[in-house]
Amino acid sequence: MKVSEKWLREWINTPQTLDAIADKLTMSGCEVESRDPVATAFTSIVVGHVLEREKHPDADKLSVCKVDGGQGEILQIVCGASNVRAGLKVPLALIGAVLPLPDGADLKIKKGKLRGIESFGMLCSSTELGMSDKSDGLLELPEDAPVGADIRDYLKLNDEVIELAITANRGDCMSMIGVARETALVMDVPLNVPEIPAQATQHTDTFPVDLQATDACPRYVGRIIRNINPQATTPIWMQEKLRRAGIRSISATVDVTNYVLLELGQPMHAFDLDTLQSGIVVRYAKAGETLKMLDGQTVTLRDDTLVIADAEKAVAMAGIMGGEPTSVTDATRNVFLESAHFRPHKIMGKARSYGLQTDSAARFERGVDPDMPVKAMERATQLIVDICGGEVGTVVDTLADPSLLHRKAILLRPERIRRVLGVTMDAATVEGVLTRLNCEFSQSEAGWQVQAPLARFDLNIEEDLIEELARVRGYDAIPAELRPRAPRITQPSETAVKREHLRQLLVARGYQEAVTFSFVDPKMEATLAPTTESIALANPISADLGVMRSTLWSGLLRSVAYNLNRQQNRVRLFEIGPAFFQGEDGKPQQKTMLSGVLTGNLYPEQWGQVNRSVDFYDLKGDVETLLAQVSGTRFHFAPVAHAALHPGQSAEIMTDNAVVGWMGMLHPQIEEQLGLEQPTYLFELDMALLMQRTLPKYQAVSKFPAIRRDLALLVREDTLAVALENAVKKAAIPQLMSYYLFDVYTGKGIQEGQKSVALSLILQDFSRTLEDAEINRIVNAVVTSLQEEVGAVLR
Amino acid sequence: MQSLLELMGQAHEQISQAVSLAALDQVRVQYLGKTGLLTEQLKQLGKLPHEERKAAGAEINTAKQALTLALDDRKQSLQAEALNARLQAEKVDVTLPGRRMDTGSLHPVTLTIQRISEIFAQLGFSQAEGPEIEDDFHNFTALNIPESHPARAMHDTFYMDSGLLLRTHTSSVQVRYMENNPPPLRIISPGRVYRCDSDMTHSPMFHQVEGLMVDEDVTFADLKGILEAFFKAFFEVDELPTRFRATFFPFTEPSAETDIQCVHCGGAGCRVCKGTGWLEVMGCGMVHPNVLKNVGIDSEKYTGFAFGFGVERLAMLRYEINDLRVMFDNDVRFLKQFG
Repeated sequence: MKVSEKWLREWINTPQTLDAIADKLTMSGCEVESRDPVATAFTSIVVGHVLEREKHPDADKLSVCKVDGGQGEILQIVCGASNVRAGLKVPLALIGAVLPLPDGADLKIKKGKLRGIESFGMLCSSTELGMSDKSDGLLELPEDAPVGADIRDYLKLNDEVIELAITANRGDCMSMIGVARETALVMDVPLNVPEIPAQATQHTDTFPVDLQATDACPRYVGRIIRNINPQATTPIWMQEKLRRAGIRSISATVDVTNYVLLELGQPMHAFDLDTLQSGIVVRYAKAGETLKMLDGQTVTLRDDTLVIADAEKAVAMAGIMGGEPTSVTDATRNVFLESAHFRPHKIMGKARSYGLQTDSAARFERGVDPDMPVKAMERATQLIVDICGGEVGTVVDTLADPSLLHRKAILLRPERIRRVLGVTMDAATVEGVLTRLNCEFSQSEAGWQVQAPLARFDLNIEEDLIEELARVRGYDAIPAELRPRAPRITQPSETAVKREHLRQLLVARGYQEAVTFSFVDPKMEATLAPTTESIALANPISADLGVMRSTLWSGLLRSVAYNLNRQQNRVRLFEIGPAFFQGEDGKPQQKTMLSGVLTGNLYPEQWGQVNRSVDFYDLKGDVETLLAQVSGTRFHFAPVAHAALHPGQSAEIMTDNAVVGWMGMLHPQIEEQLGLEQPTYLFELDMALLMQRTLPKYQAVSKFPAIRRDLALLVREDTLAVALENAVKKAAIPQLMSYYLFDVYTGKGIQEGQKSVALSLILQDFSRTLEDAEINRIVNAVVTSLQEEVGAVLR
Repeated sequence: MQSLLELMGQAHEQISQAVSLAALDQVRVQYLGKTGLLTEQLKQLGKLPHEERKAAGAEINTAKQALTLALDDRKQSLQAEALNARLQAEKVDVTLPGRRMDTGSLHPVTLTIQRISEIFAQLGFSQAEGPEIEDDFHNFTALNIPESHPARAMHDTFYMDSGLLLRTHTSSVQVRYMENNPPPLRIISPGRVYRCDSDMTHSPMFHQVEGLMVDEDVTFADLKGILEAFFKAFFEVDELPTRFRATFFPFTEPSAETDIQCVHCGGAGCRVCKGTGWLEVMGCGMVHPNVLKNVGIDSEKYTGFAFGFGVERLAMLRYEINDLRVMFDNDVRFLKQFG
């Protein structure tokens, strides 16, 4: 809402500066978003009268004019505007005038020569005065503008416009009267709005109104005005007020309805009476009914849309926009004025659903004072008669729901004020604010019975009034309290694996934490997870952010590509975040994933170690470190095919009964597709399966020495390490404390198709030192098991 | 046979010339070993007349003691030399970088959420989470934002064909938590939120922290007190002017926008605060009775406050990040700065 300071001060009499007013409005809920002067700080511009205009002899687009600027002599001025003509009154910048330009420089008007003809000043457009961003030609002033008058005084340009952000609940502030009332309330100054007298009528002709949809339109006020002057022009003061509020002047009648909308907040509509058939019907549209709107487009209406119709057809989308065929034109002599009340929830969202945005809809959606239609009708009548003349008919006020004009009483309890705000307010303070709010109230034992004014339709419950008390006095008046409260002792879970701990582990291993978008490129999603049914957005921000991710890999890979493209070749990233899946019940499921990516050298550039590219086992080491935090759960790795991964370097990670995730080398084709040009490794783990560990439980340590025995074995080359482990376990040796594989060798000295593996067994007993004979028996049992299970042969 | 005097002179000469422990040991054996020269002299004592024997024996013993001392001295000095040589040989350039795996870093959004959580934990607030694909009820209706309400236009919402949506705020968690937990309540809920808006200063995905406190005696004064304490703790300052401006949110009443004094210019006015001296950092208010009613909490018995703020906004202020978009590029040169 753009508010002219001058207009506001017509009704608010306070010596306070605009700074003080703006600050108070901002603090109490109508935030001042910007402040702009209505014109630049130019000097020496007066009303000029173009007496003669001739074409410049040497330039097609220039005119040579004789202009009276009230300076005692007639000035010769060369002008390039296309609308310059004899008889026109325009702003005239005299020699010596200074016009600030948008780039901060000043334009100084000097005597000049254009194509050989002397020029003694400049005729101005509204842009040159800083009144608008663009203009087509000179600013045309009314014929009665006094020649030689300072343009700043004449147009009252010593004014500023403040732009207020009106919140969704304060539709009442979308008018000058509303802003003035709010300013008077928060500044505690009187409001001086002139009464609007009922206009004298010249005839009793009326136009029938049939309210069929009373649920949506409980009140409709109409009036006929005959024989207006269609050629009447809007007075400059009204044009200027409209302009400062951001509304373009169109024609006198339309300008009047727009002016009343701005002044009183009541949207109105003027019909050309002679285009309407029989009478007004307020009804819902018939599905498929069409209406050519004022903006020229023809819309097909839905049956949830309220329309104003005549006997034959819809003529306006109620509360939103009028129709073109019945609108007022420069030939209209007889008008039918509408000033109606539409219920907000019947208008809400409708304009937007048709792709429309109008000042009228913006007001009816938020609510309009139900008591305003008749006042607005009288005000519009007064202005039309002043400007266009005409014979005024009787006002017809059709009120289908009298409860519209009655407010329910709200009980306001002192104790509730204290409980919500944390401060007590004495009765005088409360009643003072209620009085300034223009509420009617009476005191009862329980508190005050309050009736809010019709204009403040946002005040309906006790909290609404408490908010008024708080904000009118200022939130600063409420102290900030930090009260001691009963401590809340939680039982910290020691078996919960904390996300922060896993994060820190990865950070310690050189990973940077990334945050990537939850929506990703559908193509990438299809490449990485071709069998997952993706969840698409109906209105994505762009096509490449069109589906919800089912894996965090697309975002991480995109980030890897981003870094590789910027010479950052060693990248380790991880992310903890949601992935989304279509559930079996059709509802989307969300899982929190811990995913990572690594590529480039194992170590940063350095002198002390032989460097190499990371490989599968570097990745696996990182994953195993994470899994090791989840004590009490056994994790297995198994070779598995995965669309995103190299078929020979991909593993599924499982517990005994669930899949935890996947890891492996990015499929070389995808690597190429993304232009990564270096092997890239990925892991993804379902956090839900990592969150629970077991509490440590002490076990005694053996006092007897441990014995190590190493075995060198020949096995088939494709024998998995896990098969060897299982074979060792199968021997079921209680004294086998641990076991590990410490060498794998193929090549010279080993037959094709075979490999040599070296195992180490650590043996220990809790009750005695193991003797050689027993040790040999154990080792033989293990060797036998290895022979039976995987065909291993001792070397 | 050499005189004892000559012999000793020769021995001391050899000791001083021994350059290794092995050579020194040879000298020891040459004079003091079983067949050593000095040992031989002792063996010859028996051949001397009885009256000379005692004096000669004493003389030889004295010489032997002197020799032993000299050998030990020389040994110690040779050992010291050897150690010095080794230490000298093992010298390294301590300014060469160590052999290490460099460490990574947490994202500034995580750092900020951790900091916020830590502060609110001291005030007894625990953490809650909720789904990011939400239904209309939990994101809007339950929060007193009915169908077609103009307030919905403030939220540029991402929708699915199913009618579900991406939550536009973490306030939806507030609703879910209240549905399942009776008062008294003290929670914060950090998480991702989504708005269909993307430009220099808007990201279609960002993070919010929602806070909620419901009890029998929670007031607007408590809200102010807790938020003021939070901001001072967050920015690690003892004084930080705060102001609460009236505004409208459908789910709170009274509602407020919270401004803090610009942490960059101290309120003098700068580019960060657009010359106003204030930074708008949070929306808050007393939970609207309709919201309590929608989740089955008696609004006559209980009152509460709620607040919500953008994590990126606080992170940018704290770490002086002047471009929102770098938050989601994941450029390692950006991320490493938070290690």
